[in-house]
Amino acid sequence: MSAPLLSVEGITVDLPTPRGPLRAVDGVDLTLAPGSTLGIVGESGCGKTMLSRAVLQLLPKRAKLGGRILFAGRDLVTLPAEELRRLRGPELAVVFQDPMTSLNPVLTIGTQIVETLQAHLGMDTAAATRRGVELLAAVGIPAPEQRLRQYPHQLSGGMRQRVAIAIALSCEPKLLIADEPTTALDVTVQAQILDLLAREQQRRHMALILITHDLGVVAGRTDEVAVMYAGRVVERAPTPRLFTRMRMPYTEALLAAIPKLDSPPHTPLPAIAGRPPDQTRPLKGCSFEPRCRYADERCRAAKPPLADPERLGGLFACWHPL
Amino acid sequence: MSALLSVRNLVVEYAIGGKTLSAVADVSLEVGKGETLGLVGESGCGKSTLGRAVLQLRRPTAGKVVFDGTELTGLDAEKMRLMRRRLQLIFQDPIASLNPRRCIGDIVAEPLIITGITDKAERDRRVREVLTAVGLDADLVTGRLPHEFSGGQCQRICIARALILEPELVICDEPVSALDVSIRAQILNLLEDMKRRYGLTLLFIAHDLAVVKAVSDRIAVMYLGKLCEVGPTEKLFAQPAHPYTALLLEAIPVPDPSVKPAANVPIGEPPSPIDPPSGCRFRTRCPRADAVCAEVVPPLEEIADGQFAACHHPLSAR
Repeated sequence: MSAPLLSVEGITVDLPTPRGPLRAVDGVDLTLAPGSTLGIVGESGCGKTMLSRAVLQLLPKRAKLGGRILFAGRDLVTLPAEELRRLRGPELAVVFQDPMTSLNPVLTIGTQIVETLQAHLGMDTAAATRRGVELLAAVGIPAPEQRLRQYPHQLSGGMRQRVAIAIALSCEPKLLIADEPTTALDVTVQAQILDLLAREQQRRHMALILITHDLGVVAGRTDEVAVMYAGRVVERAPTPRLFTRMRMPYTEALLAAIPKLDSPPHTPLPAIAGRPPDQTRPLKGCSFEPRCRYADERCRAAKPPLADPERLGGLFACWHPL
Repeated sequence: MSALLSVRNLVVEYAIGGKTLSAVADVSLEVGKGETLGLVGESGCGKSTLGRAVLQLRRPTAGKVVFDGTELTGLDAEKMRLMRRRLQLIFQDPIASLNPRRCIGDIVAEPLIITGITDKAERDRRVREVLTAVGLDADLVTGRLPHEFSGGQCQRICIARALILEPELVICDEPVSALDVSIRAQILNLLEDMKRRYGLTLLFIAHDLAVVKAVSDRIAVMYLGKLCEVGPTEKLFAQPAHPYTALLLEAIPVPDPSVKPAANVPIGEPPSPIDPPSGCRFRTRCPRADAVCAEVVPPLEEIADGQFAACHHPLSAR
């Protein structure tokens, strides 16, 4: 394996709340090789978005960040703001869930693309406009010249997300973080956007972190998957291995909760009972224990480490793996 | 099965900048008593407008909506108000559909107050009963405000509010789209339980066929204001007749890495409903379209037992 592009070491994120600090990310380690794809999967509030924001150095001001984030050899946590600014765009880019709020509603699509190219690559207006047309065409937007003159509200949700992707790709980043890029979109549009991301990722040999709550989204489209629960990575494995031999009961439960196309109508879904724990009151043992059907005394007493005790190439944090 | 709800040649038009947008363009369908009909389509296909037109929240431009023998389009506002206790609606965004400044007990009791149940003890008893039925602890919930609850719990509260009048028909408009996969399963199971317990008939609107399959007896597929295909759930999944149904099926992400994502999902999105394509409205995205499709609107015809499709070139012609 080549030297990692991104290496996250012992990341913690604490958010202040009226009930005391909330540990949104609780000691996460990750590595990502250049050009590879990582899926991060988990429920709302599991810390997947906070983790990605930590990597991008876009955490809320009051958040407290611990650990190291090495990106192409530099520690992003200690990097001066000006150097960080230069990194965003040509090196690091992001696509958010809601394309309406990530685009400026009072500026045309063209202004927003041209602005990005001018700010990060120092292009002149004419060159940036030409590049903007190419980019919109590359992400599958028909009649790109006309689209450049339109405002975000004149585009459908899927088209807006294509524009957001075009802007993110405009400076040829080495790492793209896509945070629930298709959750707000129709199923048909979702498939197209995921295909688009996969195509551009391969064409540009760009590393991609795909964050989603849906295991179905990462299944065919990532090299590796990390499953997060209550701020921690609880299972991490190469994608094919995760799906054929998952070890963590939480991953199993998450997969079982997806409606199966081959089961007849009115088949009750194996839902995960209860809710994720209150992260202002961390549990002593495994955080999934209150919802886990395999849980016993040991799970309540001590937190299982993320490890690969059998040396089979997948990490899991469970005392009673499947 | 006798039809509890019968929608006949329904048209709903909006005037937009001097133009007419036919959100629902001549749709007929029936929902049998005790049945769940899934209504599927992409954003902007008119499925929500259809649901709202059934409840007369948006008065139809033409056509009939017959509920248990009563023609709703002809009812005046007062009669419709009385009728609404038998027809309820659950929305997509559970947090936005609860008043953030009112406690849960008041929110759920509101329908009882509106329908004139003045006995406070009776109201409290029914609020408690319905909250328990949707899996919430009434003692812990009634005094709290919506922001104290997660999306899934808010959806349970919305379901409780919709069920407290013991309606016969509930229209669920994307009730799980805003929820996580794990919570989605809980809410789908809850809707199934409630359907049995209260003897409900459901019109279940969603864009995700996998979700619709889990709860529906029959499915109607809608595209740009028209129905493409209607049929029993299993049949429609096993042998989709309309190319659009097949497209929707292919687009569902399968949680199995050995199944490669379908590469032939056509690029593009539905054209504008203000100026829909001539003939078959799906023809601009359809791999099977030819000259006939541009000229003749395909009628919805029965092509197999209980399965109807509006297509000149249905798949696997039987």
